[in-house]
Amino acid sequence: MVTGRRAACWSAYAALLPMALSVVGVYIGTLLWTARVSVSSARIFPTGDFVGLGQYERLFRNARWLLSLENLAIYGALFILACLVVGFLLAVFIDQKVMGEGALRTVFLYPYAMSFVATGLVWQWILNPELGIQRVVRRLGFEDFTFDWIVDQDKALYTIVLATVWQASGLVMALLLSGLRGIDEELWKAARIDGIPVWRVYLSIVLPMLWPSLSTAFMLLAVMVVKLFDAVVAMTQGGPGTATEVPAKFIMDYLFGRANIGLASAASLVLLATVLAVVAPLYYARTKAMQRGLT
Amino acid sequence: MNKAKQQARAAALFAAALALAGARAHAATPAPAEPLKATVSHWWTSGGESAAIRQFADAFNRAGGQWIDQAVAGAEQSRASTINRIVGGNAPVAAQFNTSRQFRDIVDQGLLNNLDDVAAKNNWDRVLPQVILDVIRIDGHYYAAPVDIHMPAWFFYSKKAFAQARIKDEPRNWDEFIATLDKLKAAGLIPLAFGGQVWQEKIVFDAVFALVGGPELFLKVYRDRDVNAVRSPAFRNVLVSFRKLKAYTDPGAPGRNWNDATALVVSNRAGLQIMGDWAKGEFLAAGQVAGRDFGCFPGFGPKAPYIVAGDAFVFPKTAKPNIVKAQKLLATVMTSPGPQAAFSARKGSIPIRPDVDMSQLDMCARQGLAIMQDTSRQLPNAEMLVDPDLNGALQDVLTNFWNRNQTPEQAQQAFAQAMKDNAW
Repeated sequence: MVTGRRAACWSAYAALLPMALSVVGVYIGTLLWTARVSVSSARIFPTGDFVGLGQYERLFRNARWLLSLENLAIYGALFILACLVVGFLLAVFIDQKVMGEGALRTVFLYPYAMSFVATGLVWQWILNPELGIQRVVRRLGFEDFTFDWIVDQDKALYTIVLATVWQASGLVMALLLSGLRGIDEELWKAARIDGIPVWRVYLSIVLPMLWPSLSTAFMLLAVMVVKLFDAVVAMTQGGPGTATEVPAKFIMDYLFGRANIGLASAASLVLLATVLAVVAPLYYARTKAMQRGLT
Repeated sequence: MNKAKQQARAAALFAAALALAGARAHAATPAPAEPLKATVSHWWTSGGESAAIRQFADAFNRAGGQWIDQAVAGAEQSRASTINRIVGGNAPVAAQFNTSRQFRDIVDQGLLNNLDDVAAKNNWDRVLPQVILDVIRIDGHYYAAPVDIHMPAWFFYSKKAFAQARIKDEPRNWDEFIATLDKLKAAGLIPLAFGGQVWQEKIVFDAVFALVGGPELFLKVYRDRDVNAVRSPAFRNVLVSFRKLKAYTDPGAPGRNWNDATALVVSNRAGLQIMGDWAKGEFLAAGQVAGRDFGCFPGFGPKAPYIVAGDAFVFPKTAKPNIVKAQKLLATVMTSPGPQAAFSARKGSIPIRPDVDMSQLDMCARQGLAIMQDTSRQLPNAEMLVDPDLNGALQDVLTNFWNRNQTPEQAQQAFAQAMKDNAW
């Protein structure tokens, strides 16, 4: 009996071995390699010399890097919040047993299926004051109408929030809708008998019950925030000026165009550390909560 | 076991062995005309560009080579793939870079074959312009075959727009230029077609720098990294002049692609654009002719500096004799007069050497080639003088100055700081 279980155990380990090897080799290995490069003076090619924390010092003197981090924080907060709110409202809307639910679901989820490299260009046109919304509305007779956020230093970042919320809120909707569908019909009947208003049921009963779906959505959105790159490149290329620069673009620029993999590696590690610092406590809280939910 | 079958199999084996031996014997005899295979990595993918590179491919094939085209869309992506392939031990036979310091690191690491005998045989020292020699000759060895010269700061204007604004002559100095822009503005046109992307802003800045600051200051800043020159009033004046142009651009400029900016000039909605001579492709594609529908001038007056940039091919290190032969043949073909003329006529650039058939070239290119005769007017592009990461850092400084309400002093300070920070 005992030996049988041990054998099963070994076969499980054996089955996991390729995954374990690839984690160690691919993820940990490249992480260590990046760490090594980040303390060298490497430019186009990795070099073996050691310059201490010179690249990091240079990185934190770099105004564009600091601005990128700041942009990421603002963008991340707005994007995640807006996606969760819009996604939740869409899910609630569809959950009302509306007509053509399948079609609507597809429409809302469709943007997520498309590459932002393609749709970003369309967004760029829509938001461009000389081509898009502003021009159309002015032609309709509203001569003073102004909507030029994408060319405005202080507002360009919000246009990226706008476009990416359009893209990702369908995903949140799909996740939350499955959560909503998991909620027992009896609960609604009970609430109706007690005369509780619908919005109150959603807010006080349904929303807490959606916690696992919400935290999954949050995790996915957080990952999208960190790797934000294609939307910026497609819509503003980091501009006007450096107004919409983000860390992933900084890293890509220095890695390829500017041939400085030392600095790019240092930036990657700083980004990783930042993400771990933000996500690790959340992840911990989520695991704890799920354990509580199971017991 | 069927004996007949066995025999048949033995016979077949024997025949196969014979055939193999025959093949080996055949290979041992000197192959009569085995074409020299060459994989060539480049980023020329648009219509005009592929027509241009085809000229090199055809010439190479005629000379006994076999061109294997490996186009990668996007210059950065193409260079990154070349470097990855060199590191990975699967380098292309030849790879495109800009005539700049982009390939300096690869040379320093000893990963390129030099072209010394091609250069000696074809007299590169005498034929090629000095600014280009300065880039491809490193420690006395030649490491790249230049294929074209692009001048990144031409002024293109719409003749119709100029007529509409009652402008008779091309501006001959900075003040006349500003007056021209004012007239265009008064005529209700976009005076300056501008693409608000960092590299385009840098091109316009360098044009202003060379014209307003002069070649001496240009070299002091970019070549000598003279921080005092950056802090000088003359450089401040360059920055102020550059920013002055912003008032002549339209609100749709930020993020605009260069060809969309050119389209504004082509459609006569804008008067002028400062852009590289690749912009001619857009005019030609719209059926316009240089001198009739649009005009071009490389800066103001007969002494304006001519900024030299362009493309070159490098040849990753290998000891395989056939590949080395192919590399030398490629370098020879690409730099020889016939393919040079055919290439530049389609690419919109000018040839790297003066001794070519000019009849295929348009008015602007001929003008450029004539200017190149006067060596005093040749000015190296900033990218020939500074490394890619410093160039990028300077782009960041300039784009901030252009787009934010920074004072020129702040920009001077940031410019000097970027030079210090990127010194190693």
